[in-house]
Amino acid sequence: MKNKFSKNHLVTFSIVIIAFLLCFILISSGNATRQFKGLLVPIGINIILAVSLNLAVGFLGQLTLGHAGFMSVGAYAGCLFSIQFQDILPMIIRFPLAMIAGGLVASAFGIIIGIPVLRMKGDYLAIVTLAFGEIIRSVITNLKFTGGAAGLKGTPQDTNYIIVFVVIFITLFVLMNLIDSRHGRAIMSIRDNSIAAESIGINITYFKLLTFVIAAFFAGVAGVLYGHNLSILSASTFDYNKSIEILVIVVLGGMGSIRGSIIAAILITALPEMLRGSDKYRMLLYAIILIFMMLLNSSPKFAQFKSKLNYKTLIGIIKSRIKKEA
Amino acid sequence: MALLEVKNLSITFGGLRAVDNFNINIEKGQLYGLIGPNGAGKTTVFNLLTGVYKPTDGSIILDGKNITGKTPIEISKSGIARTFQNIRLFKNMSVMDNVKLGLHNQNKYSVFAGIFKLPSYSHEEKIMDQKAMELLKVFGLDNELETISSNLPYGKQRKLEIARALATNPKLLLLDEPAAGMNPNETAELMETIKFVRDEFSMTILLIEHDMKLVTGICEEISVLNFGTRLAQGITSVVLNDPKVIIAYLGE
Repeated sequence: MKNKFSKNHLVTFSIVIIAFLLCFILISSGNATRQFKGLLVPIGINIILAVSLNLAVGFLGQLTLGHAGFMSVGAYAGCLFSIQFQDILPMIIRFPLAMIAGGLVASAFGIIIGIPVLRMKGDYLAIVTLAFGEIIRSVITNLKFTGGAAGLKGTPQDTNYIIVFVVIFITLFVLMNLIDSRHGRAIMSIRDNSIAAESIGINITYFKLLTFVIAAFFAGVAGVLYGHNLSILSASTFDYNKSIEILVIVVLGGMGSIRGSIIAAILITALPEMLRGSDKYRMLLYAIILIFMMLLNSSPKFAQFKSKLNYKTLIGIIKSRIKKEA
Repeated sequence: MALLEVKNLSITFGGLRAVDNFNINIEKGQLYGLIGPNGAGKTTVFNLLTGVYKPTDGSIILDGKNITGKTPIEISKSGIARTFQNIRLFKNMSVMDNVKLGLHNQNKYSVFAGIFKLPSYSHEEKIMDQKAMELLKVFGLDNELETISSNLPYGKQRKLEIARALATNPKLLLLDEPAAGMNPNETAELMETIKFVRDEFSMTILLIEHDMKLVTGICEEISVLNFGTRLAQGITSVVLNDPKVIIAYLGE
C-alpha cells in the first residue's frame, strides 16, 4: 500500500533535487554572487543538523540540547583524520572516510552519553544534555592534540556545495526511510504514549538509544563538513548557542516535519546575512522576525490555513484563475 | 490447567497494602469480570499482571510459564495485552499505524532492511498491512485507515485500542473499563464486540467494569475486590447476590 508518508517524502526529495539543479546552473553559469556561494555550505550543514535533531526532538519527543556537542566531536575526529591522512590518501577517498569516522565517533559518544541520560525525561534530559555539550567544549579546549584554545589548523578545505548536497540527500534518504519503517513507527509511538508503547512490547530504551545514536551520527557528519569548510576549527563555535540555534530551526520548522526543518534551516541561516544591509539593527530584526514566526507557527488559525494549503487547492486556484481570464 | 493462575499476589506502596493475597484462576476461553468499588485495587491488579508494577509477594503463571516480576515488554511477548482506563492511543499516528505497532514484534526486519527498503521490508510490511486490515475490518474501522487516531469518535477509539491489543497476538486480553464514558447504545454494541472477539479469536478476556449491565450480560465468572482483598468469587449471578458484595457496594 502506498501511503501518504512516502508521497510526502518524494516531494521533499524532489524539492532538494530541484534546489540543487538551480544552484548548479546559477554557479556554473557564473551568475551566483559570492555571498550566495558562501551561504550554501552553512545552510546545507544546518539542514543536516536540524533534520537529525528533529529525529530526536520531533519524532522521539525527547528534548536534547547537546547537538552541538556531537557536532564538535565529529568535527574534531574527522579533521584529525584528514590531517593525518592528507598525504597518504587522495581526497576522493579521504573525505568520505573522514565523514564516516566523524559520524562513528559522534555516535560512540551518543551511546556513552545516551545510556545514563536517556532514563531522564523532559527538562532534566534537556539540562543534562546541555551540560554534556559544555563539558565536551571545555575538554576540547584543554586538550593538546585538538589544538586547544588556539584551534585546530591544517585541515584540507574539501567541503564544497556539491558534496554537501550529496550528504543532505543521504541524510534525508536514511532518516525518511527509517521513519517509514517499523522502527520509525516505534520511535513515534514512544513520543505519543510511552506507557502504551511498552504495553505492546516496544523496547523503549533500545529505540531511544537507536534514535540518539543515529541523530549523533549525522550531527558528527555535519561537523566534519563544517571543519573542512574553514581553515581553523575552534571549540568555542560549538557552545550552547549553537545547540539552541539548531533547536530553534527544528521548532520553527515544526517538530516532526522534515520539510519544515529544511525550510527553516535555510531561513535561519540566510536571515542574518540578508539583514546585513541594516547592520546596526541586524540582531534586533532577527530576534523580532523569530518571535513573530514562532507566534504565527503556534497559532491554531495559521495551522488551519496551512492545512488548507495543499497542492490540490493550489492547482484549483490556478485553474479557476485561468478560466476567469478565458 | 488454567490459562492464568495468580497466587497470593500482593503489593505494598509504603505502608499501604494496595493488593493483598489476591488469587484468581482463569480458564482458556473464559470471559472473566473483575469488579469492586473505586480504589479497590482493580487497576493495580492489571498493572501487576502486565509488569508495570513488580509484586511484593505472590506469583503469576500464564499458560504454565512463570511471568512474575518480568518487564512489560517480556510480558507482552509472552501473551498478555491490555487496554487502558483512559484511552492511550498513539494519538498523532494513523489508525493503520496504531494497529501495525501492535504487530511490531511479530513481523520483523532489521533497521538496515528498513532504511534500504530491502525485499524483507516490503514482504513483512505487506503481511502487516494485510493482518492490520483484517483486524480493522472486524472492528469496522477499515474505512478510516489514514485517519489520525485522536480524530476518531470516542467509541471508535476504544475499539481501535482493542484492535491494537489484539494485534500483539495475545493469549489473554485485559480490558480496563471498556465501557467507561459510553452511552447505553454504545455499551450494548461494545458487549457484542467483546463477545465476538472471544468467539472469533477464541480469546480469554479479563475485564474491569463498573457497568453492571455489561458485567451480568457477558461475564461468566467474576471476582469482587474491596480494599485490595478478594471479597467474593464465582458465577456472576451468585456473586452479585452475595450480601457481602452488596454491603461493599451500597453500605449496610
